[in-house]
Amino acid sequence: MAAVARGRALRIDGRDNVATIVEGVAAGDVVDVDGGVPVVAVEAIPAGHKVALADVEPGGQIVKYGEPIGVATRSIRRGGLVHVHNVASQRGRGDLGR
Amino acid sequence: MTGSFPGYARPTGRVGVRNHVLVLPLDLVANSVVRQVKRRVPGVATVELPFQPDPADPVVWPPVSRTLLGYLTHPNVARAFAVFATDDHGLVAAARAQGCPVEAVSMAQLGGLARTVEVLALQAERALGEAAAAPRQPVPVAELVVGLECGGSDGFSGLTANPALGVASDLLVAAGATTILAETTECIGAEHLLARRATTPELGERFLRLVHAAEAEAMTLGVDIRGAQPSLGNIAGGLTTIEEKSLGCVHKGGHAPLTEVVAFAQRPAQRGLVFMDTPGHDIEQLTGMVAGGAQLVVFTTGRGTPTGSAIAPVVKVATNGRTFRKMQANMDLDAGRILTGEASLESMGHEILEKLLAVAAGEPTRSEVMEESEFALFRGHEGAWPL
Repeated sequence: MAAVARGRALRIDGRDNVATIVEGVAAGDVVDVDGGVPVVAVEAIPAGHKVALADVEPGGQIVKYGEPIGVATRSIRRGGLVHVHNVASQRGRGDLGR
Repeated sequence: MTGSFPGYARPTGRVGVRNHVLVLPLDLVANSVVRQVKRRVPGVATVELPFQPDPADPVVWPPVSRTLLGYLTHPNVARAFAVFATDDHGLVAAARAQGCPVEAVSMAQLGGLARTVEVLALQAERALGEAAAAPRQPVPVAELVVGLECGGSDGFSGLTANPALGVASDLLVAAGATTILAETTECIGAEHLLARRATTPELGERFLRLVHAAEAEAMTLGVDIRGAQPSLGNIAGGLTTIEEKSLGCVHKGGHAPLTEVVAFAQRPAQRGLVFMDTPGHDIEQLTGMVAGGAQLVVFTTGRGTPTGSAIAPVVKVATNGRTFRKMQANMDLDAGRILTGEASLESMGHEILEKLLAVAAGEPTRSEVMEESEFALFRGHEGAWPL
């Protein structure tokens, strides 16, 4: 059986549910997480982008640096790419008319 | 850290890391003079105005006049020539009142463009000779003001170059120097972390009001700030929201207490970590910090932003190895080595500081070698924001 490719990601704070991918990974790659447990990428994730370390329900907070950076707009699977397609900012949103 | 470096002591008590002769236009029509003098005397430092400064404009004139005065009185400038059509609007007298050797060059008095270029080129040539002959002498590190900037941020900015710069900023502050953090919009989502470090509750409150004003401005436009924050380049680099960008951005300020909040291009009165209200635009921010007295700027970049200042050396730090290699001619340091384990945040912070002190002592930065020189004027929001 072919060896599974391994990637690496950096988790900054123990509260974070995302980690930053160091070199781009493909679906099925095992990603070792500095400061966390390994996760299997469920899709391709480019370098500098974020992988989910846990399942997140719509409306759930995304946490990086131990601080909220936005809210999930749809279900995010552990190992999935976390980016503008499934996360929304909660700040500076004149369009929300708060 | 050693308490001194070879620099230029100014009569004002401030210290320079360069001994530039600056030719600065105060009117749009003076741009032509400046351009032609630069062609004749390439050694002079010059900038060109992007629009006509109007002293009658109560919103635009305060930040613009602070910027022009900040350049004329800058500690990296040995001698400045202010070029104008008929009126310097009191800027030359204001600079001289600070003890700075500034010459007024009136195009009307000298008899137009050609004659002004002729006279000014001779004077600038002579001033350059004098500036080049002036020896460096030991001056205190504590007199350094260092601008902290990031541009073209990516997913690694907050993990490598910015926190490493924060380590360097803390070391500078510990040595009695001043560092300037800026970009008000890039504090949205991270303002509470900085406000908590303010030396007084009032200062923290003032800083929070400032960031909320920046956010409210975006809100009143009835749009979502996400069109510009994060930018398309930031998003391509892995940054998802303004909160994420801001949290990475404020790492440049390390962990030192916040001692002061100043307006665009305003010179800090306090030492330590200072916040300057600037727009997120890279060149406007750079210009504001330099006008506020920064002799040096450290610019971290993920996507690879090539930029520099006419009068202040800019040290460029790549956040990742790929950008460093791709733009090696523009980059001074590679913080991507933190990702590979070749460097730690601590060691990279010390490396940035060592580089800064070497540059302060005369070593040219890549931006100086490449002759990168950008300048912008910020139109401001004087009176509208709670400063």
